[in-house]
Amino acid sequence: MSQKYEFSFPVKGDNFDDAGKASIQIKKRLKGLGITGDVLRRTAIAIYESEVNIISYARQGNINIRVTDDNISINIRDSGPGIADIKQAMQQGYSTANDRIRKMGFGAGMGLFNIKNCSDDFEILSKANKGTLLKILINR
Amino acid sequence: MTLHEIRELLDARVLAGKNHLDVEVKTAFSADLMSDVLAFAKPGSIMITGLTNPQVVRIASIVDNSAILIVRGKIPPDETIALAEKLEIPVLSTKYILFETSGRLYANGIVGCIRKIEGPGSVVPL
Ligand SMILES: Nc1ncnc2c1ncn2[C@@H]1O[C@H](COP(=O)(O)OP(=O)(O)O)[C@@H](O)[C@H]1O
Ligand SMILES: [Mg+2]
Repeated sequence: MSQKYEFSFPVKGDNFDDAGKASIQIKKRLKGLGITGDVLRRTAIAIYESEVNIISYARQGNINIRVTDDNISINIRDSGPGIADIKQAMQQGYSTANDRIRKMGFGAGMGLFNIKNCSDDFEILSKANKGTLLKILINR
Repeated sequence: MTLHEIRELLDARVLAGKNHLDVEVKTAFSADLMSDVLAFAKPGSIMITGLTNPQVVRIASIVDNSAILIVRGKIPPDETIALAEKLEIPVLSTKYILFETSGRLYANGIVGCIRKIEGPGSVVPL
């Protein structure tokens, strides 16, 4: 019988001390659903980079995860400034990160590229001043 | 090498995970850039870094690092150590610099997680 699970985690922008907390909890939860190995790893890494981006660039956001027998689909939505030039943002090395982000070990312009690399399907939808939606699909 | 042996080789202090040092380690990844750790570190590898914030522990948990080895004699803040204890990830601190630390481990048979990057997204494995 096919089962479906869906859950969400809120992420607060600018909350650098908590960066990664949602990702750790989501990983634990997915593990509990029997997801392991490379699939678990790629999912956790993609979510981590996304969480750091919300904290770095947006005021607040939400990570929504849907697990089916076939795949894991992750929607990451934020109400930040949006990404004006998505192609440029996707480029390795492009970054507008400030010192605080760099001190944490991020801000080298690798995040979105890493997310794409972990995904079987990846899409960014964004509108200036409205926010950003990342749609990540990982096959099980 | 086991974490015990690594501790001895690098004259390191054990700051967390005292009871988890029997683990055998074959690979390591040295970085101060956490995006690179997320991209390239292999499960079971040891993370060698100069960063000390709690992020480092969360990243190690995400990529399943067997331990965190902090270089240049830095001592992480209490929250980092507390989180490492909670997530059961050993943290060691050595006075050797990143280059010396990596070189000494390599000379003792520890290898990197990947060999090199040939081009965008093109990883050359070991
Ligand atoms: N959620 C977001 N909202 C607004 N801008 C973003 C968001 N995510 C990424 N960006 C922009 O895209 C750039 C590249 O992001 P990324 O690849 O994660 O690298 P980094 O975070 O290291 O800069 C960021 O520096 C930022 O300018
Ligand atoms: Mg980023």
